[in-house]
Amino acid sequence: MSMASFAVPSVGNAVVNRNELAEKIAVRNLDFFYGDYRALKAIDVSLYQGKVTAVIGPSGCGKSTLLRILNRMYDLYPNQTATGEVMFDGENILSPALDLNLLRARVGMVFQKPTPFPMTIYENIAFGIRLYEKLPKSELDGRVEHALARAALWNEVKDKLGVSGLSLSGGQQQRLCIARTVAVRPEVILFDEPCSALDPISTAKIEELIDELKDDYTIAIVTHNMQQAARVSDFTAFMYLGELIEFGDTSHIFTSPDDRRTQDYITGRFG
Amino acid sequence: MAMSPALYARRRRRNRVSIGLALAATAFGLLWLVLILAVLLWKGFGGLSLAVFTQMTPPPGSAGGLLNAIAGSLVMTVLAVAIGTPLGILAGTYMAEYGRYDRLTSVVRFINDILLSAPSIVIGLFIYEVMVARMGHFSGWAGAVALAVIVIPVVVRTTEDMLALVPDTLREAAASIGLPRSLMIRKVAYRTARAGMVTGVLLAVARISGETAPLLFTTLNNQFWSLNLNQPVASLPIVIFQFALSPYNDWQRLAWTGALIITFAVLALSIVARLLASQRKSS
Repeated sequence: MSMASFAVPSVGNAVVNRNELAEKIAVRNLDFFYGDYRALKAIDVSLYQGKVTAVIGPSGCGKSTLLRILNRMYDLYPNQTATGEVMFDGENILSPALDLNLLRARVGMVFQKPTPFPMTIYENIAFGIRLYEKLPKSELDGRVEHALARAALWNEVKDKLGVSGLSLSGGQQQRLCIARTVAVRPEVILFDEPCSALDPISTAKIEELIDELKDDYTIAIVTHNMQQAARVSDFTAFMYLGELIEFGDTSHIFTSPDDRRTQDYITGRFG
Repeated sequence: MAMSPALYARRRRRNRVSIGLALAATAFGLLWLVLILAVLLWKGFGGLSLAVFTQMTPPPGSAGGLLNAIAGSLVMTVLAVAIGTPLGILAGTYMAEYGRYDRLTSVVRFINDILLSAPSIVIGLFIYEVMVARMGHFSGWAGAVALAVIVIPVVVRTTEDMLALVPDTLREAAASIGLPRSLMIRKVAYRTARAGMVTGVLLAVARISGETAPLLFTTLNNQFWSLNLNQPVASLPIVIFQFALSPYNDWQRLAWTGALIITFAVLALSIVARLLASQRKSS
């Protein structure tokens, strides 16, 4: 059977040599359990410094679960356990001794639905900064502006910083959340389907933003949208039924995947 | 269309009967409410004067007002809310945030629900046993504590319910920037749930401002001006109770006026609570 190449999304980023890259996060032999149910099976995957890694796969394959392990978000809920190793700059973040708040300051997250806090636009950003640094007002103002500019939101909100963050449109709210994450100065940013609640124009803005952010941050993005994965990522991991089927250069995964299931998924035969 | 006309006609008939019954039931329920308010206005409004708010409860046969009873009620209500609200909010916060998945929480919720529907006279008797009997006399403090015991379960319930409505995504967002849980609760969850929680406190105030039974066993009554909480204190419900049962006309008139004051105060509180609740939905 011939490759259905016309259905394959076009890839935005050039091939990179993985051996020259620094591993920011290295997941090794990771299992995850919801109670007794094993949702992730022996996952091995790497996030490279300054690169965007997309995680794709059909619903329920465990891609969000994987992302939520990287900042220990699952710790908020009972009966969820992870075993294996997740090395973050050489430190295992699954260690019970780890300070969760410090980890989350270093590994930020943007969610599917925009989640601004019930406070002003300014406070949404300043709140996170004040958690870690005591700054004079002028410097704080500068940091807020910088974060909003980084999220391509400054020009739209600079005249209404005192307005509730909830009054913004969905796409603006999502960029506010990105600004909030950036303001804390993390090293890694996790995006959990950040565009699935947004219109195409807002989606394009967020994708552009991800492309700009990767110079300074290591990024992982979970997405249902394969075109999006192809456009924004350098590396792609394909997951299916709790297993990592294939991981590699985005161009490789989308043009000549090694595994039949990857090919079937990216050409739209299932999922 | 292949619908049997007889079947359709029967369904329409049944629909009309159901709507008729529902309307009748609503009208029956509302009728009593309207009658109560009408009688209160009819009997109580005439007695409303400045003297009611400036003079003490009179001995039979002379003129007077309800000042000491109104002041006593206000002081005890404020105290009861001041005691009950922090306890209720803290307990509700534990149940919704820290102990959401704990067994203890379901036990506390069950007991709280029992307390919520406990007859208030039982609470009065309980406080009589643990406070009045030990102290050897009736007191305003005992009354305030009895009312606080009624406030607590209401506030616990609304606090837990309102915090449970705060979306988990917001908690995750707070956690994702490394916010400690205590700060998340104070700065994010409370802000989101604020209107609902205030509504709960207002409903608790409405609930206790008409309570008579728990005060009967704790504060008793005082015919004179006294805000000394170590002594018996006058309160509107008790004065109404005493004056309404008396054979004296002027006492009975004052009882009606007092009832009018309580009812409209509670009505006003309920309206404010409703307004706050609708604000929460729209924001």
